[in-house]
Amino acid sequence: MSAFVREMRGAYAFVERNVNLMKRYWGWEVVWLIYSLTNALAITYIGNGMSAISGTEIDTQYVVTYLLVGALIWQYLVVIFYAISEMIAWERWEGTIEYTFMAPVSRPTHLVGTTLFAIGYGIVRTLAILGIVVAFFSLNLAGANILGTVLMLLAGSVSFVGLGILAAVLPLLYPERGAQMTNAVAAILLLISGVYYPVETLPGWLQVIAKASPATYVIKGMRACLLEGRSTVTLLPTVFTLIGIGVGVITLGLIIFRYVERYAKRSGRLKRSG
Amino acid sequence: MSTYALEVEGVRKVFVRKERTGKRRGLRRAKKKEETVALKDIDLTVARGEVFGVLGPNGSGKSTLIRLVSTLLLPDGGSLRVFGHDVEHDPFAVKRLINRVSVDAAFFKKFSPIENLMYAARLYGLDAGEARERMREIMIRLGLKEETFDNPMEHMSRGMQQKVAVARGFLTSPILLLLDEPTTGLDPHSKRDVQAFVREIRETHDATVLLTTHDMDEADRLCDRIAIIDDGRIVALDTPEGLKALVPSENGKETTMEDVFIALTGRTFEEAEAKEVKE
Repeated sequence: MSAFVREMRGAYAFVERNVNLMKRYWGWEVVWLIYSLTNALAITYIGNGMSAISGTEIDTQYVVTYLLVGALIWQYLVVIFYAISEMIAWERWEGTIEYTFMAPVSRPTHLVGTTLFAIGYGIVRTLAILGIVVAFFSLNLAGANILGTVLMLLAGSVSFVGLGILAAVLPLLYPERGAQMTNAVAAILLLISGVYYPVETLPGWLQVIAKASPATYVIKGMRACLLEGRSTVTLLPTVFTLIGIGVGVITLGLIIFRYVERYAKRSGRLKRSG
Repeated sequence: MSTYALEVEGVRKVFVRKERTGKRRGLRRAKKKEETVALKDIDLTVARGEVFGVLGPNGSGKSTLIRLVSTLLLPDGGSLRVFGHDVEHDPFAVKRLINRVSVDAAFFKKFSPIENLMYAARLYGLDAGEARERMREIMIRLGLKEETFDNPMEHMSRGMQQKVAVARGFLTSPILLLLDEPTTGLDPHSKRDVQAFVREIRETHDATVLLTTHDMDEADRLCDRIAIIDDGRIVALDTPEGLKALVPSENGKETTMEDVFIALTGRTFEEAEAKEVKE
């Protein structure tokens, strides 16, 4: 058997396992979907109520679409982030971490399998939310650049895979609290990346930090595609920037993960369950 | 390939634990480091095809040794080689040759045995069709009923879960099988099933078994050679007969492994375990 076939079977193990986990915890999936959906609706209704809040006539349609794009893209990116950052946390909860780490599967293969699932799951989930949300709001995406949107989404996924790997280190280092720490990482990204407001409204020092967040570029690019119908060619620099950040963060994530895995094996932290 | 399935040379493992002292250093609580030496310069070799037992009370270092061979821990001194491959520097080659059954049957509890075993099979690069056939064969051989194969593991008894764990260990046909107290907590019937399967595997497959246990009869019945480990040190290593010969029989009664342990360590298993709990 070639090494490639063996590695692909290893990667598929994680896809199949995560699909099975989703099926077995379907109740939790429904709860999370309702939470995400109501969250997206609540945020988007702020746009609907802006005229009433401010007492002035504004382009409600534009604000609603602006907020909805932010809410949906954030839902997608955060699903990727959590699916990857939880690759260790799940194993800790179930107590199977030692068996997975003992198996002859490289960490990049582990990552490929987790990423394939995360992207597929993220797309299906975001489309499901979008499908329900459009029933509440009349959206006009006639001039939207769909190809550019897809390109931007895929480029953004690469960066979030990297951030997910970096966050996955936390449950490895801190068996009891590591999984919860990843929530703080997601919250900081939400604050600084201009998900529901332009980055320019943030204080200067936060705007500087926002430049390091890949979500800033993804959300800005997505709005340019969907609200302004910007051509794909003009978006290419942003796409390349995102891919560059993504490759850099993934490489850094893998290096740090390897170092931390070694530390966990040296100190005996694999054994303890959170 | 090396003639030895396992070579352990001068292996030492220390765990460091930080504990709060109750005193404060500025805003932070002071912590002191506590070191526990789990293994103290262990030396042993296991020949290919041998069933090698490591017998010792809880906390004596048996599981630490198994985790080191499994690549789940890194040694703080010395070296371990599996069929000539260094565990620390060539872990991938080692992982392909081994599998482990531990006392805690760790599974995705909401998955069925088939789903859990299929996950393991794919991780080891096995063909799904062949693996499915083989996992059914092994589970039936271990006395599991076919109608339970697709039920969630959380509905199975501890004994049944442990049998699935044994099936997972054998599924990948490891040439070095690490059995870390595989029968602890099992009812006598399940215990016999697992022990019979270990004997059968040994007779029919080219497999080496490293078995840790605190069940002295189990060690006596299954193992070709036994290392008695206490407080992280090997205190004796020989065949069961060789070990028993170290202790003269009293009143015409046959010497047991327990007699050997008491003679070598000066305390009973229970006393040794009580000491570990206190520490």
